[in-house]
Amino acid sequence: MECIFGLVGDGFALIAADSSAVHSILVHKSNEDKVLVLDSHKLLGVSGEAGDRVQFIEYIQKNVHLYQFRNGIPLNTAAAANFTRGELATALRKNPYFVNILLAGYDKGIGPSLYYIDYIATLHKIDKGAFGYGSYFSLAMMDRYFRSGMSLEEAIDLVDKCIMEIRSRLFVAPPNFVIKIVDQNGAREYAWRESISSD
Amino acid sequence: MSRRYDSRTTIFSPEGRLYQVEYAMEAIGNAGSAIGILATDGVVLVGEKKVTSKLLQTSKSTEKMYKVDDHLACAVAGIMSDANILINTARVQAQRYTFAYQEPMPVEQLVQSLCDTKQGYTQFGGLRPFGVSFLFAGWDSNFGFQLYMSDPSGNYSGWKAAAIGANNQAAQSMLKQDYKEDVGREEAVQLALKVLSKTMDSTSLTADKLELAEIFLLPSGEVKYQVCSSEGLTKLLVKSGVTQPSTESA
Repeated sequence: MECIFGLVGDGFALIAADSSAVHSILVHKSNEDKVLVLDSHKLLGVSGEAGDRVQFIEYIQKNVHLYQFRNGIPLNTAAAANFTRGELATALRKNPYFVNILLAGYDKGIGPSLYYIDYIATLHKIDKGAFGYGSYFSLAMMDRYFRSGMSLEEAIDLVDKCIMEIRSRLFVAPPNFVIKIVDQNGAREYAWRESISSD
Repeated sequence: MSRRYDSRTTIFSPEGRLYQVEYAMEAIGNAGSAIGILATDGVVLVGEKKVTSKLLQTSKSTEKMYKVDDHLACAVAGIMSDANILINTARVQAQRYTFAYQEPMPVEQLVQSLCDTKQGYTQFGGLRPFGVSFLFAGWDSNFGFQLYMSDPSGNYSGWKAAAIGANNQAAQSMLKQDYKEDVGREEAVQLALKVLSKTMDSTSLTADKLELAEIFLLPSGEVKYQVCSSEGLTKLLVKSGVTQPSTESA
């Protein structure tokens, strides 16, 4: 079942997510990318209802892009997080989206940041966070091994520890994971951790 | 005079002009003037209050300067009742932006949104344009201190020093001559007072005919909008040599 987690390191933030598209007891796909590159310096990791997920994050992404075209300046991460939360909160009392979001970004003069937004439109600025069944294990591992100012190498090592724990302890563990990072050079895919072929 | 092309805002004249919009700009030429100057450490706005009657109780607060948001203020020249409507929408826009993004609205975006409103009234039938020019002074994290001027047509532009209202052309050319790059706020105030004293109709410049507001950063990084008191203004006028201390007591 769904696992998504992220953390802030020294000069970067990262998000890791499982890549399984599951319906009932069936796995339809194991290379579904659940971490969207929102703009040049933002990542949006989303878990939740599959349809809601795609609909909502595309809506957010297109609006963030529209803002950039209209105003010639990008939204910073905090503003994008508050905008996302606002849209989720407005929808909540009408036709709610069941999506949980981790938003990672890098801003000049501010540095890396990570925001937690859940399906009832809670917003928190955090250093480490997780959603889904995998969160029971990844949060525990991060509580034990996370410290502020981790290097990329240390952080990836911690991500691998989390994935290992999920794979060994979670009954319905997903096979494949994607890791994306954002730093001063932009947001990008970093690596995949695959235990089965996705073809 | 021909009434063929100037009775509606939406119709171009054969020469390609919109008379109603031009008349609106004319209306501003009769209003008290305002000057804005961009300094390195802030923005200065100076306005002329027209004293229409001795019996008129002058406003305790400012008449020409309005705070739109914590980081943005404007000076007005033109029809005040029109301006009040626009200032109200500007304030609403600024708060809406803060509500959506939890951060202050970038200055140019606010100016643009207001100018979109103004433009709308030059195009849709049956309405007259807003007879108002604004000077916007503000600070944002992207571009620092900024000064914008807008007119009834809905055009706006960024300036280092700008003048609106009566005699604005004379004031503008004086500013062009005397403006120096990288001036501080104090010097900017001096320059604004000097220019206003020469372009205003009245011979002696006194504190009750003027308004002075500044936008600058506090050491804490907070944006501060400050209106100069009447006593402070009197002192400044004496210091800049625009009025003699003796005329004040007389």
